Amino acid sequence: MAKVLMKGNEAIGAAAIAAGCKYFFGYPITPQSELPEYMSRELPKAGGVFLQAESEVAAINMVYGAAGAGARVMTSSSSPGMSLKQEGISYLAGAELPCLLVNIMRGGPGLGSIQPSQTDYFQATRGGGNGDYRMVVFAPSNVQELVDLIIEGFDIADQYRNPVMILGDGMIGQMMEPIEFKAPIKRELPVKDWATVGTGGKRKPNIINSLYIAAEALEEHNIKLQAKYKTMNETEQRVESYNIEDADVVIAAYGTTSRIAKTAIAKLEKEGYKVGLIRPITLWPYPYNEFKKINPNCKGILTVEMNNGQMIDDVKIAVEGKFPVSFYGRTGGMIPTPDEIVENVKKIYGGEK
Amino acid sequence: MTVVFEKTKGLTDVQTHYCPGCTHGIIHRLVGEVLEELGILDNAIGVAPVGCSVFAYNYFNCDMQQAAHGRAPAVATGIKRVHPENFVFTYQGDGDLASIGTAEIVHVAHRGEKISTIFVNNAIYGMTGGQMAPTTLIGQKATTAPFGRTEEHSGRPIKISEMLSTIHGAAFVERVAVNTPANIRKAKKAIKECFQIQLDGKGFGIVEVLSTCPTNWGLTAPESMKWLEENMIPYYPLGNFRRPGEDE
Repeated sequence: MAKVLMKGNEAIGAAAIAAGCKYFFGYPITPQSELPEYMSRELPKAGGVFLQAESEVAAINMVYGAAGAGARVMTSSSSPGMSLKQEGISYLAGAELPCLLVNIMRGGPGLGSIQPSQTDYFQATRGGGNGDYRMVVFAPSNVQELVDLIIEGFDIADQYRNPVMILGDGMIGQMMEPIEFKAPIKRELPVKDWATVGTGGKRKPNIINSLYIAAEALEEHNIKLQAKYKTMNETEQRVESYNIEDADVVIAAYGTTSRIAKTAIAKLEKEGYKVGLIRPITLWPYPYNEFKKINPNCKGILTVEMNNGQMIDDVKIAVEGKFPVSFYGRTGGMIPTPDEIVENVKKIYGGEK
Repeated sequence: MTVVFEKTKGLTDVQTHYCPGCTHGIIHRLVGEVLEELGILDNAIGVAPVGCSVFAYNYFNCDMQQAAHGRAPAVATGIKRVHPENFVFTYQGDGDLASIGTAEIVHVAHRGEKISTIFVNNAIYGMTGGQMAPTTLIGQKATTAPFGRTEEHSGRPIKISEMLSTIHGAAFVERVAVNTPANIRKAKKAIKECFQIQLDGKGFGIVEVLSTCPTNWGLTAPESMKWLEENMIPYYPLGNFRRPGEDE
């Protein structure tokens, strides 16, 4: 198929429709509003329904109802809006309902700004809603990957009966890049025989629920959920790495920041530095094992994020104290420059190549 | 032998958890009977709230979803948009619908969403132990209004049916009570008419049912029926507020 030039937010919509998404419930917020706008235009043509909810809270609960009714459904928002959806996400996880969530992050806390950021890492990977739940969180770094992961995300959601999140930022949502819609790998997906579609008088009622009032029953439910998360953790890790086996310094970065890190690495290589990159594609499950492949004589790891240091906690867990871990970040919608990253890598070298 | 009375197929054989004298049981029975009589039980998808009737998903003999506090109308919207041919209803209490879920119920009416809502108003928070509701009457005591509700502090009790009847998309709005056999019959008639509105594709319908809470009101069951009649009905007048086409 020929490549087309598309804006990130619109590419998400096109990918979702290609993945068979039939329902979109959302509420406008910058910098992701082109996505609901695209869906309002294109989803009805594909036989689906777009509905603008009265709030993010309502939107995520419409997703819950539609997912429980057996549909392929999604919602999207940006940081403050995603905070409002957390109640519903916890319920979706508790009731084991599949759906796709897109967070095109902007600066915070509070109303923050409309510029790109990566400040919702903790919220996405640790569970912003209540309870012990997990979901696969994808961090695409270009529009092509965004498209590929949307299609895969729907399948993973259905496979595990669990929400899946695409965590992008305002930069990736707003940028235009050439993309190709590849035929998705067909997965064997479980039949949704648990969905509420009316009994038809042929079976006992199906119940979608996250309430287990007896302590024993709730613990049993949680044990079952944790077993599922364990399988997800073992099966769904995605990572890209570069030159980590003989790097003197390794940069850990994801999404937009990883692209800037790649430019910095190219500059450093021209000057004779050996710098590697670990780019987690899934932020949960986190690709901890990849860090075991790092050159044992590595001088240190530099974590680069558009926040004040969130993924650095996972990097520290991953390196198990074997290497010093340092951090460079910009916030408020400021984007790290390649030169700033170069400077911080050189600090780890301590003046010696 | 002729069967003159039997349990409705609209309810399961599960024993309910409701307190003695609570009228949720009567309201459940009426909803179950109407689902059965309209022949929509196999096609129905219900949404249960948070609060005393949270376990409604175990009692109604049809597919059910349990929703977050106040969000049942949004959940029902999601279901109805996926399955427009199914009959979709919510069953909600006053804490759920008139407090935390006011935005959701207003907007489901505003969109004319083709769902039906049973709104059980007993003027108090039951499940959480008798705290004040937006529907608690002036002077009525609650654990968070220990000296009785005052207008100055908490405003007057909210009249949901009157409020929703101002919204164009609300095709059917009626308030009923289940304190006497005559009122129970009227309540069933209203529920049936409300459900038929959805089947006819005419828009959103709601039946507000005045109900009792002997446990948290601190009254016996008969005293509760009397209290409902003497205190709730004068403030929350019974009757139909809206039928399709009334503001055309």
